[in-house]
Amino acid sequence: MQAILRPFAIKSSGDIARLGVILALLGLILFGALRYDYFLSPYNILSFLRYNSMFALIALGMAFVIITGGIDLSVGGTAAMASVVAALLSPHHWAAGLLGGMAAGLAVGAVNGFIITKMRIQPFIATLATMLAAYGTGLLLAGNQSVSVSYDSGFTVIGQDDFLGFPIPAWIALAAYVAGWLVLEKLPIGRHILAIGDGEATAGLMGLKVERTLAGVYLASGALAGLAGVVLAAQFGAGQPTEGVGWELFAIASVVVGGTLLTGGAGSVGATLAGALLLAMVFNILNFENGLGWISLSAYWQSVIRGAFLLVVVVLQAKLMKKHEGA
Amino acid sequence: MLLSMQGISKAFAGVAALRSASLEVGRAEVMALVGQNGAGKSTLIKILTGVYRRDEGTIALDGREVDFAMPAESQAAGIATIYQEINLAPQRSVAENIYLSREPRRFGMIDHAAMRRGAEAVLATFNLAIDVDRPVARFDAATRQMVAIARAVTQNARLVIMDEPTSSLDEREVAVLFETIRTLKRSGVSVIFIGHRLDELYAICDRVTIMRDGQTVAKSAMADMSKMDLVRHMLGKELAAFQAMAADGATSDRPVRLAVEKAGAGVRVRDVSLTVREGEISGLAGLLGSGRTETARLIFGADRMERGTIRMDGKARDYREPAAAIADGIGLVSEDRKVDGIVPDMSIRENMTLALLPKLRKAGIVDRARQDEIVARYIRALGIKCASPDQPIKELSGGNQQKVLLARWLATDPRVLIVDEPTRGIDIGAKSEILKLLRGLADEGLSVLMISSELEELLAAADRVTVLSDGSSVAEIARKDLSEAALLAAMAHQMPQGETA
Amino acid sequence: MTTIETPASRSGPFSGGRLFTLAGRYGTFVAFLALILFNVIVTPNFLSLQTLNVNLTQVATIVIVATGMTLVIATGGIDLSVGSLMAISGALAPMIFMGRFWPVENMALAVALAFVIPVVVAGLFGLFNGALVTRFSIQPIIATLVLFIAGRGIAQVMTNGNLQVFKNEGFQFIAMGRIAGIPAQVVLMAVIVALAWAMVRYTVIGRQIIAVGGNEKAARLTGIPVKRVKLFVYMVSGLLAGVAGLVVVARNAASDANLVGLGMELDAIAAVAVGGTLLTGGRANIIGTVLGAFVIQLVRYTLLANGVPDAAALVVKAALIVLAVFIQQRADKH
Repeated sequence: MQAILRPFAIKSSGDIARLGVILALLGLILFGALRYDYFLSPYNILSFLRYNSMFALIALGMAFVIITGGIDLSVGGTAAMASVVAALLSPHHWAAGLLGGMAAGLAVGAVNGFIITKMRIQPFIATLATMLAAYGTGLLLAGNQSVSVSYDSGFTVIGQDDFLGFPIPAWIALAAYVAGWLVLEKLPIGRHILAIGDGEATAGLMGLKVERTLAGVYLASGALAGLAGVVLAAQFGAGQPTEGVGWELFAIASVVVGGTLLTGGAGSVGATLAGALLLAMVFNILNFENGLGWISLSAYWQSVIRGAFLLVVVVLQAKLMKKHEGA
Repeated sequence: MLLSMQGISKAFAGVAALRSASLEVGRAEVMALVGQNGAGKSTLIKILTGVYRRDEGTIALDGREVDFAMPAESQAAGIATIYQEINLAPQRSVAENIYLSREPRRFGMIDHAAMRRGAEAVLATFNLAIDVDRPVARFDAATRQMVAIARAVTQNARLVIMDEPTSSLDEREVAVLFETIRTLKRSGVSVIFIGHRLDELYAICDRVTIMRDGQTVAKSAMADMSKMDLVRHMLGKELAAFQAMAADGATSDRPVRLAVEKAGAGVRVRDVSLTVREGEISGLAGLLGSGRTETARLIFGADRMERGTIRMDGKARDYREPAAAIADGIGLVSEDRKVDGIVPDMSIRENMTLALLPKLRKAGIVDRARQDEIVARYIRALGIKCASPDQPIKELSGGNQQKVLLARWLATDPRVLIVDEPTRGIDIGAKSEILKLLRGLADEGLSVLMISSELEELLAAADRVTVLSDGSSVAEIARKDLSEAALLAAMAHQMPQGETA
Repeated sequence: MTTIETPASRSGPFSGGRLFTLAGRYGTFVAFLALILFNVIVTPNFLSLQTLNVNLTQVATIVIVATGMTLVIATGGIDLSVGSLMAISGALAPMIFMGRFWPVENMALAVALAFVIPVVVAGLFGLFNGALVTRFSIQPIIATLVLFIAGRGIAQVMTNGNLQVFKNEGFQFIAMGRIAGIPAQVVLMAVIVALAWAMVRYTVIGRQIIAVGGNEKAARLTGIPVKRVKLFVYMVSGLLAGVAGLVVVARNAASDANLVGLGMELDAIAAVAVGGTLLTGGRANIIGTVLGAFVIQLVRYTLLANGVPDAAALVVKAALIVLAVFIQQRADKH
């Protein structure tokens, strides 16, 4: 009996926070389903998933980085640059676009890993710099304008088509999250990532390969941002060198709402997905609410509401932490 | 012979830290490694574990010469180190911590069930039955230490190095630790035990290696070395006990300046009453974890007092922040200089005048002339050795840092000065200097509350000692009744019950 | 007391001695001089009043915001909300003198209010940041992320996302006017920098800011009102962001809530980092920050003036930030 209940056992304040976000997401879905006629319509669900997959991908990479106690500000710029690379390569073959975009992301991730582990520069500054560099490179490659993708090579399928009734971007994101969950929960490397976030020096003394693991995490974040860039280009038919501004901070917000502590050492893949979906759903619900005609809130309200949401979450988290420490 | 280190030398930036030091540890033997600060113990250990490279000398393990370039290599060879700040990942579970980097796997994935079983089994050999799925941060220091040792055991460690393992344990926990060490011994594991409490060394160690000034000065079986001899080897001179420095006359007729009545907060401070009179040094003794530092923080307003009252000159006070206590003439030289004391990058001048700043203010601007004058005065008065007041405080030695922190409070012209372990981490010469200084200040009318875990220090300097045990004040011993035996008896009055999570 | 410390400073593959110390102390300044020298030789018409004006006005708002950022970073914090606060202040000002809130009867008064109210509002938002950091012990990066996200939304909602175009000489004096021939915004920048510099160097609060960033626990135990100090720096950062917002919209004769201050937080942090204030707190090098902003600006100008596209300048800026912080950290270890 105990063994069955074990996965649900709440052992830390972080568990409560992560459980909370999943409940909040379910609550919001329930609210939408009851209040709006077409909220659970296939169209709404599918377009919601299609559009938000990019953000979910970036949030996943960010979650891993934050679990190590770091931060990756470069993901928005990386996605923009990757979308350009993917668009430029898409005429050759759809796979060239896909792999090229991911390779661009990996390259930024590799540079991040080098600056952080070898030059020992704080992740915040290191990835702030590579964000600028990624935007710059993207703009240079694109010649300061958006680059149309090829519609002949089948590249746009990645962003626009469905598979088994669900959008391909959603499948990609799902695959990434399953892989992420496996890595974090089931593979030794996941435990090592968590332990490094708990304390780098200690992890090193316990025989973990700290630098290599950290570099790997930034590589993964870069690759996921690259993938998001590929989806962006495929979905909207163009590589967009100026897209992605502020994505990194929304990704951080998703991760934080998902109950992952910025201090590192704790976090969950599932709750990160819930956090990303939760923030995205705010916008969706806002649209429906406007549709009802009772109120008219411009699209600009979404950032205000998202901000307010983040505020509530972090304040609650802070109170929870305090209570826990006090006990 | 399991380990033999011979002729080890090491210099940092031209300064010799080790000069042909040696260390030998036999199989299933507990070796005490003792020496003062800077004697070279940690350097020797770091060379052994591969944190530093040696300049000269040989290391042999099991008769085979070894040369570790990094900690991972020494670990692989069966050397495990239990550091003072216990090195575990606090948010990971007990089982994960025991197996981190060597997780049992099935199909490449962690075999959680096997890991749990293994952890429970190894902890059972130490008579510890805990939920191994809980994060280690949830357990007390002794349990965490046990987990660290369990980790070492599962790594097939043949030599376990323990760096001051008892420093954060209470009496009962120490007993558990010693039982663990005996278990290790029985299974053929050797232990290097670095410690300072003589009784503990005699209780658990088989042999002792004494270091001084980077050299190994004595090796002996524990039983063949008297306490006096051990201390003499460590200090390198006849143990000149601190000369008695208490006030000449009795202080019991002087007015009470600070009175703490039935103070309490949480579980660490249950019921503490004590008084400090004008012009006396009132000692506060107790074992680690008895609530000494916590009491000081309550008085100073650093933590919130939940029960009881504090009176200054007879008036009840409720300090919500240190600033309020400071305004009332209280100063606190805290125990941990690095964490609670110095602002490392700031200059000596700024560090010294930090608490005084509000009084140096003229329309918001710091009166630099007065500041310089005060700083110069205290550097002279306390004999602080520094290149200039502009030098960052982090560059000073421990003793000089401590003097700057003392000056920080003296400059505020306090009526009560609380000093928490004022001589911790300071060499013996500076120790008696600081005690003399406190004595002199008390003679001029300052009320000093001195927290100390060194009995000689209390015996030498205190006019009166309040003894804490398990968060409660259990005795007040007057100067005339003060003796080592009296203090020990009072501390033993009630053994801490020990909290476990 | 034996402490076998954990090997904290794993020394990287790079090391060097005095060179790094010197570079750390004077590197930014040397880079600044080198850039000027390079331009004097290479860039045509560099030594002209116009070049000076262009560079000074482009750098003014960054310096103003970065000054506040330096103080926040000195306490070990960070303020991501500055760009959004600029948008709020930039949106409010024209609404006030264009009579969106109440009819304008006295233009002089309206303009005066258009200077004061937005800055005060931005300062209040700064206080809000500070309150999150101090009352709830929320990490600064997260606490200010709230207003980074919501702040621009507030500005957009206020203006409904519309561009506000205006022509108001009184208000625009803050950007277009000249005081003794010097652009008003440059004078404003100089005054703010001078005040901040003097504060750090001479005042009690300046010392307290450094102490809080250097060792917060120790600072509290010496009676420093840590929370008040933090509230203060976040408020100042907000106020200065508000001022910068005014300058930007006055300069453009238009306010676009979608664009005002966009990315400013990163420019400001970059200036602070290049200027030698480590992000770990405990130091506040105001002059360094100014130099940092100038170096970044000059690099960009140099590249543009010599036909290198703006995008490439971004890459160079990135390298510059990494290099500056790297040298700074190296120098710190020696």
